[in-house]
Amino acid sequence: MTESPGQAVLVELSLRVNGEERSLVVDTRTSLLDLLRERLGLTGAKKGCDHGQCGACTVLIDGRRANACLALAVAHTDADVVTVEGLAANGDLDPLQRAFVEHDAFQCGYCTPGQLCSATGMLDELADGWPSAVSEGDVELTAAEVRERMSGNICRCGAYANLVAAIVEAGP
Amino acid sequence: MSIAARSIGASLNRIEGREKVIGEALYAYEHRQDDVAYAAIVQATVAKGRIRSLDGSAALAVPGVLAVLSHEDAPSLGDAEGELALFQSDRVAYRGQIVAAVVADSFESARYAERLVRIDYEEEPHDVELRADHPRLYKPDQVNPTYATDTEQGDVDAALAAAEVTVDTTYETPSFHNNPMEPHASLAVWDGDGGLTVYDSTQGSAPARETIARVLGLEPERVRVVAPHVGGGFGSKGDVRPQAILAALAAQAVGRPVKVAVTRQQMFDVTGYRTPIVQRVRLGAERDGRLTAIVHDVFEQTSTLEEFAEQTAVVTRMMYASRTRRTTHRLVALDVPTPSWMRAPGECPGMYALESALDELAVASGVDPIEVRIRNEPDLDPESGVPFSSRNLVACLRVGAERFGWADRDPTPGARRDGTWLSGTGVASSTYPARRRGSQASARREADGRFVVRVAAADIGTGARTVLTQVAADALEVEPERVTVEVGDSAFGQAPVAGGSAGTASWGTAVHRACRQLVESGDDEARVDTTEEVEGQESYSRHAFGAQFVEVRVNAETGEVRVPRVLGVFAAGTIVNPKTARSQFIGGMTMGLGMALLEEGILDPRFGDVVNHDLATYHVPVYADVEQIDAVWIDEEDDRLNPIGSKGIGEIGIVGTAAAVANAVHHATGVRFRRLPLRLDRVLTALNGVRHR
Amino acid sequence: MKPFRYERPQDATAAAALLEREPEATFLGGGTNLVDLMRLGVAQPSLLVDVTRVVDDRVEETADGGLRIGAGVRNSDLAAHPLVRERYPLLSSALLHGASGQLRNLATTGGNLLQRTRCVYFQDVTRPCNKREPGSGCPAREGEHHNLAILGWSEQCVATHPSDMAVALAALDAVVHTSRRSLPLVDLHRLPGDQPQHDTVLAHGELIEAVELPPLPFARRSRYVKVRERASFAFATVSVAAALDVEDEVVRDVRLALGGVAHKPWRATRAEEALRGSPASAEAFAAAADAELAEARPLRDNAYKLPLARNVVVRTLSELA
Repeated sequence: MTESPGQAVLVELSLRVNGEERSLVVDTRTSLLDLLRERLGLTGAKKGCDHGQCGACTVLIDGRRANACLALAVAHTDADVVTVEGLAANGDLDPLQRAFVEHDAFQCGYCTPGQLCSATGMLDELADGWPSAVSEGDVELTAAEVRERMSGNICRCGAYANLVAAIVEAGP
Repeated sequence: MSIAARSIGASLNRIEGREKVIGEALYAYEHRQDDVAYAAIVQATVAKGRIRSLDGSAALAVPGVLAVLSHEDAPSLGDAEGELALFQSDRVAYRGQIVAAVVADSFESARYAERLVRIDYEEEPHDVELRADHPRLYKPDQVNPTYATDTEQGDVDAALAAAEVTVDTTYETPSFHNNPMEPHASLAVWDGDGGLTVYDSTQGSAPARETIARVLGLEPERVRVVAPHVGGGFGSKGDVRPQAILAALAAQAVGRPVKVAVTRQQMFDVTGYRTPIVQRVRLGAERDGRLTAIVHDVFEQTSTLEEFAEQTAVVTRMMYASRTRRTTHRLVALDVPTPSWMRAPGECPGMYALESALDELAVASGVDPIEVRIRNEPDLDPESGVPFSSRNLVACLRVGAERFGWADRDPTPGARRDGTWLSGTGVASSTYPARRRGSQASARREADGRFVVRVAAADIGTGARTVLTQVAADALEVEPERVTVEVGDSAFGQAPVAGGSAGTASWGTAVHRACRQLVESGDDEARVDTTEEVEGQESYSRHAFGAQFVEVRVNAETGEVRVPRVLGVFAAGTIVNPKTARSQFIGGMTMGLGMALLEEGILDPRFGDVVNHDLATYHVPVYADVEQIDAVWIDEEDDRLNPIGSKGIGEIGIVGTAAAVANAVHHATGVRFRRLPLRLDRVLTALNGVRHR
Repeated sequence: MKPFRYERPQDATAAAALLEREPEATFLGGGTNLVDLMRLGVAQPSLLVDVTRVVDDRVEETADGGLRIGAGVRNSDLAAHPLVRERYPLLSSALLHGASGQLRNLATTGGNLLQRTRCVYFQDVTRPCNKREPGSGCPAREGEHHNLAILGWSEQCVATHPSDMAVALAALDAVVHTSRRSLPLVDLHRLPGDQPQHDTVLAHGELIEAVELPPLPFARRSRYVKVRERASFAFATVSVAAALDVEDEVVRDVRLALGGVAHKPWRATRAEEALRGSPASAEAFAAAADAELAEARPLRDNAYKLPLARNVVVRTLSELA
């Protein structure tokens, strides 16, 4: 079956990252997260747990927030991926990034890229009327909604209070 | 010599904020290095014993694997001891200990080959359970950092016997795990001449350089540690951890730069943790709550590799007035990893017990919990008799009581029910020493009128870089935009680790002095070392204080505990940056919520290690756990501290939180829990034994 | 992770054929559980057959007013679907109480059903586990099990099924359509018995294609309540999925299922029998819960799940009544 035990299986892959087409050959085991960090030099997305339990690796895949650590790169060929490096254009900061800085919505900064991508995706979900576990009736951007919807992004520095303030302010 | 403070006291945004929000801040694993190879860690699967044989051949046969490192062929590290004596012995001291490593040209191959290393053990019976009556408990020579193990004042037993009100309780806490978001990681690069650069996730690039050099048998000048950004540490990155040595050895073995990141699961074994603790607290008091006897006995663990003695009862030596007092620490060396620093070592667990016991005293004596603390406010440091440089605990309690709405509080436990929810409030004092250590720093005037300040400080999320910029700007009498502060590089000289809440005071003093020297000398460069100044300072008892208030709701049908309100009121001298300070306070309090309600390392004694070793089973607080939370501070001027007049604030937030929560839960339910965390199964089980209307 | 090949077949027949040829092959959906387990070394497939584009990813009304949910529908889309929110709110709620927003965006209906237990011993290949290696033992039986089973466990395995969605589907009489057959969802998952290595009755290569919900008009009044140790992003200690039809203060009909209590989502048939025709009172709800839990056998450290389950059943039904 295989040449020798442990021989990597390599496949060709094309996907769009932050608007740019990328083609490369990857080990089937490579996560989208490691593809970004180790192959494409985009170290914004972070590895906090590698098992979908912390959210630090959150990126946008085809417009939706997702854990890059559990996304096999090969399974996302032709995907449109946006990372923290691609949130703002031309070196400016987008409103969410600006709000994070103003509200001190980070401390060590390690969860921050994941928070930003997750919040970006979350705000779209909320705008689309998606309910959450705390929604009652109409879906509105409240602190309680933000807390529930963002609970997949852990911040050990405990910046939650400021994160909520920043996200509520930057939201639509 | 007071400079008009313009930057100090201002809420500057974090200097590196932009880098962090655009994803360009580089953490240890992320520094670009051509030709880097990857190391994966192999852990012992027995808790005690000897490696009888180790076979790396299957791992080496995996394409891309460059080396398998182990005790069989690793170089001798003559000066390495304890956790850093990597691959120096065939002995296994705890389950999860690093016993081998695989180095490969891809991360995937390294992680796969890791499981192919075949190790055969001669297993020995292990002992991993801390008990207050463990036969091998002993009295260490001292407790961290250099405190006396036991103290005694007056005839405590007589005072207890004669007391009108007594409390005799035992509190238990499990192992807690720092779990910073950035797993520990190191990237080691040897240059052609035997020099080594390590990009490390460290709270102290200068001490790390000393340690790494010593362990590897190198002259310190040949080693450089670089850490401009660190993704949290909370103490666990204060000492050099084994992965840094592993990276260096691996890079040496394969002749390429090597990087390694500890997996989240491995972090529970090899990056330190707070020891489980059993604490017995006895209080004797007059009818009005005035203490006449305080006894605080602590039982903790260490490993068989190193002694680490958490200074849990030390805080009881200075918190409250009492004419008699006794504090003791006993340790037992178990077949477990060596405990290490975790936010507010000593004060954090110690105050959980002391502030819980004081609440029990308040209930037993019918005195309001705030009043009982005020009644026991000491004039001088109770142990040393030395004056406090400043102490405003009472003001914090009073201001907090006002803000929190304490005046209308009905002290009756279990008396407030709204549907299925029982509600209550609790209070606890908080404190942390205001320490300062010597540090080097340099300041340089650039041709374009800008200034560059260099100090091997660490910004692990504290805001140190920003705060030091403000200190420098004021000392230079310029706007902060004209100052660049560089940190996180051992090339910048000696500087203490980010720990003990001493960063701003230590590095800040050095930065201030260097900048003043630059201004006053007219030179283009100034270098200082503040060791002499710091060691020669007057004798005062220097501590920050605070009061923490918590409101809880306990679901009588499910045992869920929710915390709708948390307030901390602090007195910590000059607050250099209100924005980042508030973040530090609430960050600490948020971690305290985890300590009180969620976190515990669950030990399975049959295996000898923590079995809930990931973020899905070791619960740290998430967004939804934190509702209303705020921190405020009172004005406090203290010119007996340092040129800035500041006290450290990074750790005090966690110190009083757990007791405040537990006290609030008692107020809500009438049930006194003496074991953390207040997990819902334990709460529900206890509530089912109590009737509620 | 062991190296593996990856295929993305054009249709379900091709997908099934790939698996038939290779005993070590497995289907890949959203990957949120499989990739996790592969990285732990618990799952070591030689071939991943990506079925995300092969199985139906639509939610459609059926002729009789029920719903047909393609196995490829993402959890987040299912939770937000207007027909689900309107006709089976407990299903939407169950999904929204599970995992995190970003996990729900990747996870599929099929994958959610097949996720594996969170028992710490199962998840760690350095420890014995009868589910991973039959005959090696069950350390959870006497070890860390405070969040494991109180019902239906065996001496070989005390694991629980972690899915929230499955509990709601169990309550709704869902039918699972696979590439080979259709079967009630309540028969998809097994009790461990003496074969804990089998979570489900599915054969190798049998692909879940859709889940069908029969119409249930009174399910418009339904709830999912999940009790967890922290306020969000945690597995259930106990959960309850319930729909209640009350007229003139008498229970006309009910659907009830429990999560967090067994190796499979627990359809509370005994409780339902007791409730039909009974007064819609807290006392009757409690009696029904007791009837269901009568056969519960708590472990040393999870007895709390008994009063917890009872309380949540009573509370949930009371709020629906």
